[in-house]
Amino acid sequence: MTITETDDVDETTRRTTADTAPETSTLAPPARAERRLSQLDWLESESIHIIREVVAEFERPVLLFSGGKDSVVMLHLAVKAFWPAPVPFPVMHVDTGHNFPEVLAFRDATVDRLGLRLEVASVQDYIDDGRLSERADGTRNPLQTLPLLDAITGHKFDAVFGGARRDEEKARAKERVLSLRDEFGQWDPRNQRPELWNLYNGRHRPGEHVRAFPISNWTELDIWRYIERENIELPSLYYAHDREVFERDGMLLSVGPYSQPRDDEPVVTEQVRYRTVGDMSCTGAVESDATDVAAVITEVAATRITERGATRADDRISEAAMEDRKKVGYF
Amino acid sequence: MSTQTVSPTTTLLRLATAGSVDDGKSTLVGRLLFDSKSVLADQLDAVERVSRDRGLETTDLALLTDGLRAEREQGITIDVAYRYFATAKRSFILADCPGHVQYTRNTVTGASTADVVVLLIDARKGLLEQTRRHLAVASLLRVAHVIVAVNKIDLVGYSEERYLELAAEITQTGAGLGVADLRTIPVSALEGANIVDRSGKTPWYTGPSLLELLEELPPADEPSDESFRFPVQTVIRPQGAARDPRYRDYRGYAGQIAAGVVRVGDAVVVLPSGKRSEVAGIDTADGELTEAFAPQSVTLRLTDEIDVTRGDLIATAADAPVPTQDVEGTVAWLAERPLVPGSRVLLKHTTTTVQAVVRDVVGKLDLDTATLEPAERLELNDIGRVILRLASPIAAEEYLVSRRTGAFLLIDAADGGTLAAGMVGDALAAAITPEDRPAQYTI
Repeated sequence: MTITETDDVDETTRRTTADTAPETSTLAPPARAERRLSQLDWLESESIHIIREVVAEFERPVLLFSGGKDSVVMLHLAVKAFWPAPVPFPVMHVDTGHNFPEVLAFRDATVDRLGLRLEVASVQDYIDDGRLSERADGTRNPLQTLPLLDAITGHKFDAVFGGARRDEEKARAKERVLSLRDEFGQWDPRNQRPELWNLYNGRHRPGEHVRAFPISNWTELDIWRYIERENIELPSLYYAHDREVFERDGMLLSVGPYSQPRDDEPVVTEQVRYRTVGDMSCTGAVESDATDVAAVITEVAATRITERGATRADDRISEAAMEDRKKVGYF
Repeated sequence: MSTQTVSPTTTLLRLATAGSVDDGKSTLVGRLLFDSKSVLADQLDAVERVSRDRGLETTDLALLTDGLRAEREQGITIDVAYRYFATAKRSFILADCPGHVQYTRNTVTGASTADVVVLLIDARKGLLEQTRRHLAVASLLRVAHVIVAVNKIDLVGYSEERYLELAAEITQTGAGLGVADLRTIPVSALEGANIVDRSGKTPWYTGPSLLELLEELPPADEPSDESFRFPVQTVIRPQGAARDPRYRDYRGYAGQIAAGVVRVGDAVVVLPSGKRSEVAGIDTADGELTEAFAPQSVTLRLTDEIDVTRGDLIATAADAPVPTQDVEGTVAWLAERPLVPGSRVLLKHTTTTVQAVVRDVVGKLDLDTATLEPAERLELNDIGRVILRLASPIAAEEYLVSRRTGAFLLIDAADGGTLAAGMVGDALAAAITPEDRPAQYTI
């Protein structure tokens, strides 16, 4: 099999493509290409269908919006799904208190631009009043579960849109598009509902809620290609910039109030970018000179390391770290 | 993703794996990902580390897909894992389904959205009941192509004789169950034979490798060849909330085209009401279209102010289905509690959910003889025929005609659980002999 290293990502149009017919095939006549959706159009259509289904079948949906690229794409799809009407639900951010300031600013600007209501569930509040306590390792991602569940219960949200993608991580590969959670927010991977065709069953008992994942089938590369095609704006730290970093556990961490280098961890200024945006304390940067979306696509297409593997300390805690957190109500 | 760059205009092919437990499905998927360079360094590092910790001599590629703790502990696959990989020619969404009988419902799940089912059998064991069951599921769900991978061919000494014997038996069984397009390939997932590259150890096999075949197969018939069908998901009426005052009086019907093509000016009928109108506009957030086709998500405007709501079906006026409250269908029963005549359930069809009562259980499929046997009830994992009476009419069609408007779910009204995957009409036509047909055939 030949592996093409990279090729120019050509200009895509919004419409169907005529260049998708396979090369001469020994098995079948070439497929009719004039009415076949390209991969991105197919994914977009599927996601819009899911978002509309959830809004139609649930009383109080909410969309988790952090300002990270996946939630930005998900919100963009929601805007498209209901155009010319506004997005018919609020957005919510579970703020760990350790987020990058530029991402929070981007979050607020986006919410203002679209005229949405933003609910913030704050981990810091829970730590301040003693409902949660700081972990020894300083990471706050696992602490998000309780404020999230309390907010879901308090606002009576019955459907929570998340930007999780199945290609991100082993346990997420097992998720349904509509994932039922009990009153404790728990996910039981051994007892998931069959999910058939595009008929999503969102029925649930009082107290239960559903997590909906409209971009389940998108890969990191799909997300970036879509960002390019749709001219979607992102927080600046997704693109290469100079930053003071130090190395820990093979990751480049930003020097900031929540991640201070130890004496044996020299600080250097590197040209870096972030592949994922989460907590400053556990999200690593990657060395990169990709200053625009085309360069990022080239880089992502050629990378040999997964998105989370390269950048997320919290997923390394144990082999089943994500599964364990999901079972107790994490996204 | 991988080191391949796929043009953004590539098409997707969706595949599902099936087979009995221990046939090596996860190993095959791991091999497919590994040999197509779709496994990234950190994933491989993790798998190699765990394999070493367990004292294995070689890397256990099944660990790439068995992501749950219990799966790794027991060395089995519990639930469908979705994987994504791409070659220079095509992108793939792969649903890796478990083989245990108790997880048959997951195979039904994976097959319901698949263009291709890759069914594994163990060359030493041959066809098992699960093999027949999975062939029946693939036939029932109208999966366009079935590839039977005769795995562990290395353990029968790469024997052509054994392969041909099994291939003949599979072909005959598949034909009996009505599988549309069936191919066989001798493979060894462990050795990597005929998965990505053709193996020198099977010189008697001249066909393509598994990946070559997956790159070449045409996706499932495009529903754009069928008559236009559009289940309404939601009505878009911004009124005072419109951010652009031009859209204050906008009224459109949002949905995903289930089948066919629609053009501005087309005569349509709204079901079940039967009211007629014309398509005034096809809208998307990116602008108006003159025509749209399945599976695009669009918003339709009609020329007449008629009552249209979620759950209605907008169809081409020239060739529209007849709404009915009597549905006969084939169901794959997925629940622990049995289905008996008199059971009250909910039926979800396209974007509508209605109450239903089970009038009769016609029979259940005997997988060994591929015939419908008399039955009083359906138990977990049974595939059978039922007659349902609905509280209100639905615009259903034969599943053999349309995979979208012929499919339904049965749902437990009390706890919301999904009880069955249903297909309207004679979904398993090949398995049903004419004398089995009831005199009163409703659809």
